[in-house]
Amino acid sequence: MKRREFLLAAATAAVAAPALSFSGKLFATPASNSPRLLLVFLRGGYDSNNLLVPYSSDFYYESRPTLAIAKPDPYNANSAIGLDNSWGLNPVLRDTIYPLWQKRQVAFIPFAGTDDMSRSHFETQDNVESGEPTGQRSNFRSGFMARLSGQMSTVPAIAFTDALPLSFQGSGHDIPNISLRGNPKPVYDERQANILAGMYRDTSLASAAADGLELRQTVSKELQDEMMKANRGAPNAKNFADETTRIATMMRDQYRLGFVDVGGWDTHVNQGSTTGQLANNLSNLGKGLAAYADALGDEWNNTVVVVVSEFGRTFRENGNKGTDHGHGTVYWVLGGKVNGGRIAGQQVAVAPQSLLQNRDYPVLNNYRDVLGGLMGRMWGMSGSQLQSVFPGAHPKDLQLV
Amino acid sequence: MLLALGTGAAAARDAHALSQDDIDWLRRDSFELDSTTVSMYRDLGRSRLLDRQLDGRVGDELPAPINALINSYEAGSVSTEQLLTNLRDEQENIKAMPDGDAKTAARKAQQQHANDLLQQAQEIEMLHAIYGPNQLKEQMVWFWLNHFSVYGAKGRVRWVAADYVQNTIRPHALGKFRDLVMATLESPAMMEFLDNAQNAKGHVNENYARELMELHTLGVGSGYTQQDVQQLALILTGAGVAPLRDPKNMRPRVAEMVVRNGMFEFNPRRHDFSDKVLLGHKIKGSGFDEISEAVDLITRQPACAQFVSRKLAEYFVSDTPSPELVARMAHTFQRTDGDIAEVLQTMFDSKELAASYGKKFKDPMQFVVSSVRMAYDGKPIANAKPLLNWLNQLGEPVFGRLTPDGWPLDSTGWSSSGQMAKRFEIAGAIGTGNNRLLTPEGQPKSGGDFPMLTTRLYYDTFDTKLSVPTRDALAKATTQQEWNTFLLSSPDFNYR
Repeated sequence: MKRREFLLAAATAAVAAPALSFSGKLFATPASNSPRLLLVFLRGGYDSNNLLVPYSSDFYYESRPTLAIAKPDPYNANSAIGLDNSWGLNPVLRDTIYPLWQKRQVAFIPFAGTDDMSRSHFETQDNVESGEPTGQRSNFRSGFMARLSGQMSTVPAIAFTDALPLSFQGSGHDIPNISLRGNPKPVYDERQANILAGMYRDTSLASAAADGLELRQTVSKELQDEMMKANRGAPNAKNFADETTRIATMMRDQYRLGFVDVGGWDTHVNQGSTTGQLANNLSNLGKGLAAYADALGDEWNNTVVVVVSEFGRTFRENGNKGTDHGHGTVYWVLGGKVNGGRIAGQQVAVAPQSLLQNRDYPVLNNYRDVLGGLMGRMWGMSGSQLQSVFPGAHPKDLQLV
Repeated sequence: MLLALGTGAAAARDAHALSQDDIDWLRRDSFELDSTTVSMYRDLGRSRLLDRQLDGRVGDELPAPINALINSYEAGSVSTEQLLTNLRDEQENIKAMPDGDAKTAARKAQQQHANDLLQQAQEIEMLHAIYGPNQLKEQMVWFWLNHFSVYGAKGRVRWVAADYVQNTIRPHALGKFRDLVMATLESPAMMEFLDNAQNAKGHVNENYARELMELHTLGVGSGYTQQDVQQLALILTGAGVAPLRDPKNMRPRVAEMVVRNGMFEFNPRRHDFSDKVLLGHKIKGSGFDEISEAVDLITRQPACAQFVSRKLAEYFVSDTPSPELVARMAHTFQRTDGDIAEVLQTMFDSKELAASYGKKFKDPMQFVVSSVRMAYDGKPIANAKPLLNWLNQLGEPVFGRLTPDGWPLDSTGWSSSGQMAKRFEIAGAIGTGNNRLLTPEGQPKSGGDFPMLTTRLYYDTFDTKLSVPTRDALAKATTQQEWNTFLLSSPDFNYR
């Protein structure tokens, strides 16, 4: 699909089909080929230096005696996969993300992130999810995905999380959330659901109560059956690929804005390189994203997935073969029509003098500018619309779609 | 003498229902009302009950069957040192085995063992919360467990989780804040979870140092810098978990500097003895004393009083507590050198607390514990596993927060549409008796008992103040089970 078609599809989505029964607020059925955005948040600040390996930098190898990933070498399966003259990919993504790269459906944006300097997970996650300028947050319960949803009132949104993430708070309308683990079957019939929702009619939780009950009723039979089957087989360790397949089912049929988060990236100790904790996480993430692309089928062409994290980590490994909290990180943009197969955004040579505070990557690509530019292209949003999503940002068009 | 007077007074007052103000106050002071709590309030009156809770005269004793259940758990009866020794032995045995199926099976069994221990620790905490007579203290144990959050599934935390609640948090839950910080610092659970067990001279790990200031004491943005984090990390080098073997020979002068307290060890050979500057104060390189000095310094910062008071007010009073209330609590904190009971006294005496009745949404822990307290009213359950499942489904498992910031304290964290639907389902599981709470683990489910929520307790405390929509809903119930489910789902029950 060309950009023009992408935009046309967006316009079609704006006159979406009528709502379903029950409260009838949520489930506008979107046009089938309208653009769809899934935001994947890696919580814990992943070590992007071992995702996107700056293999032409000697400094990288000096800084990481145990963590460095070897330069691309066709005879070594554990070496980085060369992407261009400077950057390589962690080989644990060989069967999942690299094929998408070869199809030019993945772009990486190094030196990305926020100007929040606290290096606190929680502060920086909130900062990113809020989408407001650092230090000038006016509303602590408002996220950029929610404001985007506010601009696109007919683009249905959902979070695939246990709780509603800050990104999706403060939209002015209820944005549903659903955990894709556990039993999704509705336990109440319509009479009971109405009575339960009725108790909350005079409270601030009125729509949350009604929408939650309604969402249960509308989770497709197909998905329910699949989840029940999966749960019986594996009661504990759910893998991300199962979850993304379910996300794809719902995003394909009902939703156009989605959010999911993945934790466990805070690797202070024994982080590993092509094996170990980080490699396992990256491998699961890669499988999940590849499964998502696969499950969407043709709709992958109308889909953009953005992978973000609150920050990167120290460039040098610490004394425990791990890394501590850093600053700039690498964002991923994936999708059937993504202008990929390239390293996008502003860059700087990876050398001691380019580190921020002699510690970590600087942020050259502010996430607000990058995501604003991307959204502008996806939905043809105006400058003033983008300002309401990312106040004070300078949307930068990296031509990602 | 006091007790005798109390009993006499109770007999005289018994005829009178508690006032709405009494009920509202007591619902905040406890996870939820049960008959025992109500009768203690009738016996003692508000201020004496509060005093006795704060000074610990209302004890921690559990009903005998609940005690027996806890004592049947390995995590509830075997010492931490023994558990860790067993773990070491298991690991050595496995290591010595030849590669193959037997070794794989042994590894798997060890993982299962660890998971069982964690689950037992979770159950023990839930049982205390439901049946503990000192409900204010039980709420504080939960609050601090969350404030000093550790993630159970990491490394050896599973083996020491029960110890963490019962021997680290519980004894200091109403004491001096500084002692609580030191207790968590000296707990194997915290040392393991935030990697300080790995923090050594030349191999500095700043994870715990950062969270100690950001999450435990001062709060982010309170003025400390990256430099302070690095200096505190140096101060904390050498603090970790005691090795289970006798230490290798140390020179006597070094050996003298070793500090052991339970499973905590300060190892001078791993410590950086340079002088440090923390928050503008010079701390002379001296060994373990540096840590004491740093904790004193940090916990006496005005930011610490402010940060801890605000979190307490958020938990007990309001999602957005008034700055005046927080300031009064922080003032008490500073005046009493961080006396937690005194800070709570200030909060429970406040007009802000009274103004917040009926407006504080229960988090999942409060919802599950309160539902079982209300539904079973002191009747001992035989199986705590369903409690854990419910808390898992609602997204707030004990020791289940992956990150060290603890679970949210405000309603936004727990009232999304997905969570509301889950909450209604769990209200149904309790209200209809469609659960295994009364069936000992491993036995076939006995009967389909459901609790009777239309009790004296309900009529004395809930019935008269129900909102119209809730009353309408209850009137539409077609069975007792449905009635129970609606009541436990209602805003009247879910706000306190």
